[in-house]
Amino acid sequence: MHTNRRNFLKLSAGAGGVAITPFAWATKAAAQGKDTMVVASGQTINSLDLHRTGTNRASYQVAINCYDRLVGFGSRQLPTGEMSYDYDTIVPELAESWTISDDGMVFTFTLNPDATFTDGSAVTAADVKWSFDRAVSVGGFPSTQMRAGGFFRPDQFEAVDDRTFVLRLDYPSKLSLPNLAVPVPFIINSAVAIANATEADPWATEYLHTTTAGSGAYTVSRWDQGQQIVYDRNDAWVGGPLPEIRRVIMREVPNNSTRRALIERGDVQVSFDIPDRDASELVGTVDVFSTPIENCIHCACLNTRFEPFQDPEVRKAIAHAIPYEAIFQSAAYGRGAPMWGGPAEITDTAWPRPFPYATDMDKAREHLEASSFASGFPVQMSISLDLASWMEPTALLIQESLGQLGITTTVERIPGANWRTVALVDKSLDFHLENFGGWLNTPDYYFFWAYQRDRLFNSSNYDNEEVHELTEQTLHMSMDDPEWAPMVQRMFQIVIDDLPRIPLYQPALNVAVNGASGYEFWFHRQLDPRRMTGV
Amino acid sequence: MAGRARAIGMRLAQTVPVLIGVVIISFILTRALPGDPAVYFAGAMADEQSIQQVREALGLDKPLVAQFFLYVGDLAQGDLGRSISTGQPVLTDLAARLPASLELTLSALLLSCLIAIPLGVLAAVRQGSWIDHLCRVLVTAGVSLPTFFTGILLVYIFYYLLGWAPSPLGRLDFIYFEPPRVTGFYLIDSLLAGDLETFGATLRQLTLPTITLALFTLAPIARMTRAAMLQALSSDYIRTARAAGLSRGKILFGYGLRNALLPVVTTLGMVFSFVLGANVLVEKVFAWPGIGSYAVEALVASDYAAVQGFVLAMALLFVTLNLIIDLSYALIDPRIGFDTK
Repeated sequence: MHTNRRNFLKLSAGAGGVAITPFAWATKAAAQGKDTMVVASGQTINSLDLHRTGTNRASYQVAINCYDRLVGFGSRQLPTGEMSYDYDTIVPELAESWTISDDGMVFTFTLNPDATFTDGSAVTAADVKWSFDRAVSVGGFPSTQMRAGGFFRPDQFEAVDDRTFVLRLDYPSKLSLPNLAVPVPFIINSAVAIANATEADPWATEYLHTTTAGSGAYTVSRWDQGQQIVYDRNDAWVGGPLPEIRRVIMREVPNNSTRRALIERGDVQVSFDIPDRDASELVGTVDVFSTPIENCIHCACLNTRFEPFQDPEVRKAIAHAIPYEAIFQSAAYGRGAPMWGGPAEITDTAWPRPFPYATDMDKAREHLEASSFASGFPVQMSISLDLASWMEPTALLIQESLGQLGITTTVERIPGANWRTVALVDKSLDFHLENFGGWLNTPDYYFFWAYQRDRLFNSSNYDNEEVHELTEQTLHMSMDDPEWAPMVQRMFQIVIDDLPRIPLYQPALNVAVNGASGYEFWFHRQLDPRRMTGV
Repeated sequence: MAGRARAIGMRLAQTVPVLIGVVIISFILTRALPGDPAVYFAGAMADEQSIQQVREALGLDKPLVAQFFLYVGDLAQGDLGRSISTGQPVLTDLAARLPASLELTLSALLLSCLIAIPLGVLAAVRQGSWIDHLCRVLVTAGVSLPTFFTGILLVYIFYYLLGWAPSPLGRLDFIYFEPPRVTGFYLIDSLLAGDLETFGATLRQLTLPTITLALFTLAPIARMTRAAMLQALSSDYIRTARAAGLSRGKILFGYGLRNALLPVVTTLGMVFSFVLGANVLVEKVFAWPGIGSYAVEALVASDYAAVQGFVLAMALLFVTLNLIIDLSYALIDPRIGFDTK
């Protein structure tokens, strides 16, 4: 929606019931009532349409707040007491109910009859079909993510009648239903979109880039690129309990020190995605949530193309020589979860899991002496400048520690724009740091991206026939299947022994809250204000 | 007068080849940057197929020469292309961000001139006095304190500790909305709209970043004023003026300062052009949506259209600035004629 000063005033008068005189309403008391939440974030939003080419991660929040999916995730309390979304509980959003055929290949969704788009028209199965067709057809990231759930082509989607939507899979997969709850398959008002589509732009990416046409909990009432986005509550929302917060103002504040001053002073209620260091220092001043990011591990990767790393003794020597604790404290300020010193025996399927290695220079020396590189070797360690905040201290600590074994490392800093090509596509970096995290929270999904042969995030060129096969078999298999757990444990066993990736720690998503409650961690690493409450 | 108009016309004509050069060089340099925008904007999860789709969508699959002529063709129609990292047309971005940077830079320069020129004059007149020492301390502090440090320090003291300054949240606090756009300068626009409250809010938001930048720009201006004044005051015509018994004020400002102004104006021009593009750090600290941070982010992301648009806008701005400075030379010192060039 095009918003100018005039109709914004009308909007806010309607939504918030604030005074209507042009300047008198703009008083601090009125705008900072308890149903307005101000959020400071260092990220910039570059589109209101997740499906558009070039849309960045921060913009995913628009798809979450302003659009609905067929289904969503429930919430659960973590052992630490913090709240998180719950991967294992799928709850209705636009779909009021659904059935899955016995062979697991046909999903039939019944839409909520009360669901309407913000222009008042009812949400129909045709809208769902059009939106899904769009997601698999526009290419780029949305289509890749759709494929992860087994959604490849428009002919898999059918609008049977206004309220019934059928989805047909080529093979049954446990990832299909959760993949309907990620931000990508959001439902667009197809009538509005088609009316604004052109021949060159059949999916209305230009129109939806600056305007939302959804049925979500919030609408965008103002978007000043590079400065702020303002959401107002959609009071007709039926996709879940009506949010308590009427207005959410997201301000972009690039500087960390400034954001810290703002949250400490209480001028913003949430400072989103703050550095580990600020998180550790703010504890006790404001509420700090540091949730380990699900299915994400910061790793040191050993490329199998590099000759010394083909020797298993060398890999074990390095795994024992890494100063894990020092890295966790100086790169992550203790935020997140340790990934070292785990039990040797594998009895569960928890992932990420601590590997059974710990810093022990004597063991490291023993392993190195048993290898054919007893006197050490020179190696280049590469890091990405975009991720220097954790990679730089980590690299220097590893460099120092390996130096004691006679392995001399030089640190090479690669510009962020180049990193993906050399690290992930060419896979040409001998020794490097990596931080893959998967949205879908199953170990086999992590293995699919990071350990299977030729996969994008397998930057170590790891190629193990058994791991490859086991990943193929477990990826779509139900986790209740009795065969699943033993196979996954076998996969763990092999990669723990082979060590193409040495886990360092599980990073945390840090959020500081001052004067609001109900914060929940989400795998997409964006703020979901729908379940938050005011003071 | 006709001679001057012709001279200005000549000067303007001379800028055409400069601008053509800028267009070509910025095009080549952006392409020479490391990194592939298609890969960058396809996202980390993208595969070969989706990267190729993005590359085609961005027009990067065409040969370089074809890309160049497409770019020039668009440019001729006033279309600077679209920035991928902000998702907006580059022209829209520049129109939003250039006034923000200009408003900040000009206020800072105004403030620093108001302080630096009298300070420099006084330091030159009372050489060796306490005011000369004060000038020296300020100048040293100004150049040796990096702007982001001054900025954070000011935020810490005046916002965090004392609570005098408003939240460092950019050009306006979130409770106000920008005045109807006429010039893009909030101070002017809010006055035009008769909205004194927004004017006050804008002024409050401007205060800390302006002081930060002014401290930084004060040094070269004060230094140059002092040196130029010293030179002017020791010259023959001042001695003659003194001997002729002219009043002290007339000597100082009518002859001394006026002759000393030339190098000061030159310095001012240089400082302005430097600060406009280089105040990224101040922009970051105060969440100022300016042109400097825009350019840096575009560079990091290999965002060709945005970088080219920025370079072109800056080139145009510098050309205009130099023209204004040259014109002001002639006003300050009538001996510098345009016709002779």
